[in-house]
Amino acid sequence: MTDEFRCSAGDWVEVEYVLLESSERAAGIPEDTAAQPLRAWVKGFARAGGMLGDEIEVETMSGRIVRGHLSAVSPGYTHSFGTPPAELVGIGRDLRARVSAYHADQAEGESVPSHVPGTAGPEAGE
Amino acid sequence: MSEMATRYETVMARKGEIMKRALGMDYAQFERSPIAFDYEGMMGAHGYSLEQIRGIQRAAGVGGTPLLELRNITDLVRSYAEPGYGARIFVKDEAANMAGSFKDRRASMSIHVAAEKGFAGVIAATSGNYGAAVASQAARAGLACIICQETFDSRHVGQPEIVEKSRLCEAVGAEVVQMTVGPELFFHMLELLEATGYLSASLYSPFGVSGIESLGAELAEEMIALTGAPPTHVVCTHAGGGNTTGTARGLKRVGARTEIVSASVDLSGLHMASDTDFNRKSFTTGHTGFGVPFATWPDRADVPRNAARSLRYMDRYLTVTQGEVFYVTEALAKLEGLERGPSGNTAMAAAMSLARELPRDATVVVQETEYTGAGKHHWSQLAFARAQGVEVRAGDPADNVPGKVIVIPERPEQIHAQEADLGKMHRSYVRNALKHAGEGYRPTPEDLVFMAEDTNTTPATIEEIAAGLRAG
Repeated sequence: MTDEFRCSAGDWVEVEYVLLESSERAAGIPEDTAAQPLRAWVKGFARAGGMLGDEIEVETMSGRIVRGHLSAVSPGYTHSFGTPPAELVGIGRDLRARVSAYHADQAEGESVPSHVPGTAGPEAGE
Repeated sequence: MSEMATRYETVMARKGEIMKRALGMDYAQFERSPIAFDYEGMMGAHGYSLEQIRGIQRAAGVGGTPLLELRNITDLVRSYAEPGYGARIFVKDEAANMAGSFKDRRASMSIHVAAEKGFAGVIAATSGNYGAAVASQAARAGLACIICQETFDSRHVGQPEIVEKSRLCEAVGAEVVQMTVGPELFFHMLELLEATGYLSASLYSPFGVSGIESLGAELAEEMIALTGAPPTHVVCTHAGGGNTTGTARGLKRVGARTEIVSASVDLSGLHMASDTDFNRKSFTTGHTGFGVPFATWPDRADVPRNAARSLRYMDRYLTVTQGEVFYVTEALAKLEGLERGPSGNTAMAAAMSLARELPRDATVVVQETEYTGAGKHHWSQLAFARAQGVEVRAGDPADNVPGKVIVIPERPEQIHAQEADLGKMHRSYVRNALKHAGEGYRPTPEDLVFMAEDTNTTPATIEEIAAGLRAG
């Protein structure tokens, strides 16, 4: 059977494995990196059933057979667009107002005013 | 200490022979000395003319992207520039390529070579848009594709921009080997090249870099059609140097005398191989962490000789902050209806700063955009930065501290690119070249000419720098 903790043969899964133990890592890399093993994850079709953490083999999209510990069954993606940061949300409104003011000013054939909507003028005393 | 060679050392010792087979060409024929090599000979060895490159790319569905004039961004800059200043700003919307960036141009050439030479598949090491480009082109050509990607820190936390690139590679059928932080990614790529017999679709091969020449040529021709002349300035987001190199070579091929401005996000102080610094940067490419080392020592790449040699071509090198690029990304979306980037908008931020100091009849082309999406999007990037303990606030971008504080400008006037010291980079280049040539090696006159060409300086300048280095 298949659920989020176990896979059956043929399921699309992800396995994790160690490429280099920390003792085997390249000389000269930063200490924080050298203290960790170099790990890897790859997705493929399970060649046998297993539970999360079990050592299994997968066949990847390139046809390689890779052995590793089952780390996810039906691995998906959860990255998002985030939420609107307060520092960015007003930019469009402010800049549209500035461009509109500039266009209006150009249409009148005058020079750019020293204070246009959406900007802090010198009198704002910030 | 064990006297047995580690797995890492064993594989690295075979690097030369593995790469010789996997690169699809022999670089040894171009070597001239421990310093000099025949760059133009190497670039010409693929044997494709610009017209052939364009033909290959048309067949692959690559290129022919829209060149857009950004009238509202231009007017915004003019609203605060000195009277008579504020160059026209244009952008080449490279996000319109199939896999969402100009990297399709590079990938299309590598895949063409792989198919022509009979390789069954390709492998590339990249955390950038290049992975998706190779994966997409490989899918069309019916080739297998493996992308080696530095994705996670040791906590298995992935930079969302990179996780999105993993997703896209997998969506178009590539195998993605996601790894934790470390330069040994290259070691594993060698293992995979040896095991599979695939072509190494390096970002830095002559095939890949020549694929960008069509971008420079296209934009020059489109600007001539639109304004009657090639652009006065082109701004290229700069990391490994291929973008600057290929674009500049393409402009030269069609006879355009355009000032080449490279631009990177300033990430000074962050170590690119550090597990803890890895997720403290919001930009995974287009930054000084690649831009400076690759400019000053191009042959650090995964090929014996790098085809991307940006100091040959850059007239100026500008840096901007992450906060400035996020601001400009939002401005581009809201003023021009172009939701792109953010990394690809590094050149856009530099262009807004540059346009302000140029007269109104100057023309500035930002030569690429990249697709955006979940993970890559600037809102997502800022949320992730905050979650990693990076302070995000509005203020003066001059207060930016890479990895610690992202300052979003409050007004467009605050966007102010910094001029990098090219003289310092030339010194650094010469120091690196002499160091790699070996202790006690005395550069020959031919070496001096080569280094002068490689830095767009003169043999006398190189000699002066070398003398200064000897004097300590």
